Amino acid sequence: MMAAPTVFSPGGTPVSPEKSRTIDVSLGPQHPSTHGVFRMNVTLDGETVVKLQPVFGYLHRNHEKIAEGNSWLAAMPYTDRLDYFCSLTNNWAYALAVEKLAGIEVAERAEYIRVIVGELTRLQNHSAFLGFILGDMGAWGTALMYGFREREKILDLFESLTGARMMCNYMRFGGCRCDLPPGWLVAARKVVDGFPAFLDEMEALLTGNEILLARLQGVAPLAPARAINSGMSGPGLRASGVDYDIRKVDGYGIYSRFKFRVPRGGAGDCYDRFMLRVLEARESVEILKQAMSGIPDGLILNPKARQRGFHPPVGEAYGRIEGPKGELGFYLISDGGTRPYRFRIRPPSLINLTVLEELCLGTKLADVMVILGSIDIVLGEVDR
Amino acid sequence: MTEVLQAILAAIPSASVELVRNPGPSGQHSLLVGRDHALAVAEFLRDTLGFDFCSNVTGVDWLPHKVKQTVLRKEGADAKEVRETVEREVPGFLEAVYHLYSIAKKSGPLTLRVRTGDRAGDVSVPSLTPVWKSAEFQEREAYDLFGIRFTGHPDLRRILMWDGFADHPMRKDYVAPDDCEYEPTPHGAVLARVNARTEAA
Repeated sequence: MMAAPTVFSPGGTPVSPEKSRTIDVSLGPQHPSTHGVFRMNVTLDGETVVKLQPVFGYLHRNHEKIAEGNSWLAAMPYTDRLDYFCSLTNNWAYALAVEKLAGIEVAERAEYIRVIVGELTRLQNHSAFLGFILGDMGAWGTALMYGFREREKILDLFESLTGARMMCNYMRFGGCRCDLPPGWLVAARKVVDGFPAFLDEMEALLTGNEILLARLQGVAPLAPARAINSGMSGPGLRASGVDYDIRKVDGYGIYSRFKFRVPRGGAGDCYDRFMLRVLEARESVEILKQAMSGIPDGLILNPKARQRGFHPPVGEAYGRIEGPKGELGFYLISDGGTRPYRFRIRPPSLINLTVLEELCLGTKLADVMVILGSIDIVLGEVDR
Repeated sequence: MTEVLQAILAAIPSASVELVRNPGPSGQHSLLVGRDHALAVAEFLRDTLGFDFCSNVTGVDWLPHKVKQTVLRKEGADAKEVRETVEREVPGFLEAVYHLYSIAKKSGPLTLRVRTGDRAGDVSVPSLTPVWKSAEFQEREAYDLFGIRFTGHPDLRRILMWDGFADHPMRKDYVAPDDCEYEPTPHGAVLARVNARTEAA
């Protein structure tokens, strides 16, 4: 057998060709662009990514086990801590799954309130996203502050409604915890009416920006068939051109009553994933306007629905909603007791990462952060 | 649901597939698929019936339990029929549950269940990651937390717990260790056990 040729480094030291070709870099867990404590073991050939292994679990607290040891209602505040940007939609998904499991009807007014707070959650998530992805591209701080300025207005609304800015713990089985305070709708309408102006401002600064286009267009395109097979959901799926919005498909809650469009991308690259959030936020504003003008008076909680000491009949249910980050589902099994027998969360943030390695292969190291940012994850939900 | 069942049986006659009824009001019944044909059934569901989106994959731990059953038994010389309630032991098993949707047809969910032989030694089920890549991380999670071994999985490692961890915390009979390594400030029942142990030593 012939010996492998010896390669000499510039200093004259012999280097084996197998070892000199690639370099392993551990990105994270403490990295400003990983949106939390998330690590990627990246193998680089020069600057090009040839292998990427995500490492999870730094925030794992076994939420599912905690929920199986507590009453059905006690899991509600824990769901706030999944995707801590979107506690209200987390509440909604869990309440929806329990309502399916036990066959509970939701009060009419509560359905409208759910749509209003759910779409406001989407607006604040997407405005934060627009800031974060700019941060990932190196515009650290300024764009994020623009996004957060808008998010603060919505968090103020959440605070006056639920008492908390982020950990809202607002929904209940069959409705919501408390009614809208006086003057809330007027304040909310003001925020919603001002939101398109923020999007226009953001777009004027960003969407035609040469550097942004260079960093996003054509980076990591995802074909629709691959997106579906890899379990991509939410804006990431629609950016690849798949017409699938659970608000339209399932029409859960009262979404079938509202007129809105489902934006779709073409190339499925980072730019499409970025633009889709902008377009989706514009549609959310339309839904909000319809919901706020149509909200009826009445009860906010189904009086027949029990909260404390609640024990649904034996059975199981899978309930899902279109969360701001994708399909958020809860799979619940009841053995008739006061605790869930099985409590499972389908976390969109984790499952959307399935395709991360595929997207990153062959791109430059600097693009990895942008690709990760374009998927939009929160580690509280990835690790649970 | 029964149409899907019949379509599967028509295409793969040797497959063991049965309907598991959901007694609750959600009406989401499921299909219990035998381990030998799970991969073939999954491929048929994806390619022919259009269930292209595997949304949710998880494990469920079923402990050994007793089921009460009423049977008729003939008794005495005149062979009189007597109603009798007997208790039947159901051995424990682990279960992998898949929720499938069709994005093309906008239908779903279809719930698939695949069961292991028991909870200790025979814990393998075929991995469906080759059919739906979205199962990759979720099957790893079910392996990590429940101890279900997915044969044919490309990268079956722990995902949430650390590599040196031995047990499977989502099992119903899992007992958290009370050696204070995982609890920096012991209290309640843990503190009582720790105190009892230090007094005995």
